[in-house]
Amino acid sequence: MNKILFNIKDLSFSFSKKEVLRSLSLKIYEGDYLSIIGPNGSGKTTLIKCLIRIYESPEEKIYFKNLPIEKINQKKLAAQISYVPQVTEQSFSFTAKEFLMLARYPHLSRFTSVTSDDKKAVTEALDITSSTHLANRQMNTLSGGEKQMIFIASAFAQGGEVILLDEPATFLDPKHEQEIYEILKTIHQQTNKTVVTVTHNINSAILYSDKIALLKDGQIEFYGASDEITENNILEKAYGKKFTFIKHPTGNKSIIVPEVL
Amino acid sequence: MIKSKKLILLFFSAFALLVISLTPFIGMETIPFETILNFDSTNIKTDIFWRLRVPRVLIAFVAGSALAISGMTFQAMFRNSLATPFTLGVSSGAAFGAALYVKLGIIFSFLGIVGQTIFAFVGALISIIIIYTLSKIKRGFSVGTMLLAGVAINFFFSSFILFIQFMSDFTESFSIMRWLMGGFEIIGYSDIYNILPFIIIGSAIIIFLSTELNLLTLGEDIAISRGVSVSKIKNTLFIATSLMVSGVISVVGPIGFVGMMIPHISRLIIGSDHRYLVFLNIIVGGAFLILCDTLARTLIAPAEIPVGVITALLGGPFFIWLLINNSNDDSSI
Repeated sequence: MNKILFNIKDLSFSFSKKEVLRSLSLKIYEGDYLSIIGPNGSGKTTLIKCLIRIYESPEEKIYFKNLPIEKINQKKLAAQISYVPQVTEQSFSFTAKEFLMLARYPHLSRFTSVTSDDKKAVTEALDITSSTHLANRQMNTLSGGEKQMIFIASAFAQGGEVILLDEPATFLDPKHEQEIYEILKTIHQQTNKTVVTVTHNINSAILYSDKIALLKDGQIEFYGASDEITENNILEKAYGKKFTFIKHPTGNKSIIVPEVL
Repeated sequence: MIKSKKLILLFFSAFALLVISLTPFIGMETIPFETILNFDSTNIKTDIFWRLRVPRVLIAFVAGSALAISGMTFQAMFRNSLATPFTLGVSSGAAFGAALYVKLGIIFSFLGIVGQTIFAFVGALISIIIIYTLSKIKRGFSVGTMLLAGVAINFFFSSFILFIQFMSDFTESFSIMRWLMGGFEIIGYSDIYNILPFIIIGSAIIIFLSTELNLLTLGEDIAISRGVSVSKIKNTLFIATSLMVSGVISVVGPIGFVGMMIPHISRLIIGSDHRYLVFLNIIVGGAFLILCDTLARTLIAPAEIPVGVITALLGGPFFIWLLINNSNDDSSI
């Protein structure tokens, strides 16, 4: 068994009066590719944001490498955990390269400028995401797919051993969507980084990830190997809808096919 | 890329130096170069030059720089070009504090800081706390909400200022009103010494945090995830801006729009990297306000136009232009 990276114990989290996470417990293991799925409003994004302290969770509920997350300095945390937010329409007036350099912030010391390590990390990030040709483009001029690739590159440049992603491919066309998942797989396999991604695409979760966690009403409804999600009507109970599965022609996994009424 | 940014800074520094050294010669009384070194006590022109015009030009520079980088900081923190200490009501909070001090007629100083500056600082802080609380309660509130909150805060403090004026006699009232228009008429060196510590500390903090400002323009979520302790940094920046804005306002009155126009123009010139942007703002902001003040004291000489009127005449249309552009692209930072 691999080491536990995140140990979430009995985590509850509310916005004003609405409780989003309810005594949620989950362990995330080093080197895993974990997909977090679940119906809208089940708390997926909130959970991810708690893991990087965008939302401050109650004390001693989330442990990262055996330390309560709130005890870790934000910069040190960011040096170990990278994050890709949900696709945003907001514009940034930086070039892709400048944007990646900003992701090196956790490694910068205040009185020295950019080091060769930083430059190397940025070059590698552009390389592994095949986006070297975008380096000097303004972020505002990139297409949705290109922009998302740069975000993934920035998470890679940030250098964390964990990459958290919030719906990395939701608004992309099928080609770009597949590209994103392929790159994540490559990053996961080549560098053995832990990948935790929130997604609505159950098939990608089944095909690409090792494990799946299914959230419903702020609790973990299922956690296990990704191909087990199609068993025992787990999905049907969670989403309140019937699913039909077929075997994927290449490989052994069952995937969902669209229902025809 | 970086080289060209340094060249830009060099070019504008030279321009600012030129502005600083030439404008004191211009005015109702044109001063020939040879007289400025003639310290013959009977020479009134030397006196005008050293006692009136030079300190005036210097304080205009300091005030312009401070207003510009305060504006830049607000724009980065709120991720919007329309968010400045002036539009969000911080200036009117400071103005209220300073006006209240005038009306109360108490004269005190603390650690060598004049009471009016301290009152202005408290006023600025109150506005900032209101804005800050609003942005906390309504997480991710829209530009519209934010500007309306600014309008409300402005109304709130303006009515207090009106009330103070109403309670004052004619002379007091006139002097408050004249001060509210902003201007550099009766500036001496002591005023510069008085506010310089505020400006230096405030600017130093902002320069020191310029990388954090870059990350804040990406949005708070991304900034946090990249390791910025956002609340701590924002609090520090709020205090730094309050220090500068209140320092400037307590001496020269609430001069508007510099903090909106200069950062925007500077960004068009040198880009969004705050490590360079902050210096361009200092240089251009300072030079700009000196030029405005030179216009203010020469256009209808021997009378003077309050410099705040000049900046507002330029700033009003600029604001509308930004508003139109902003609606197309919600985050023009």
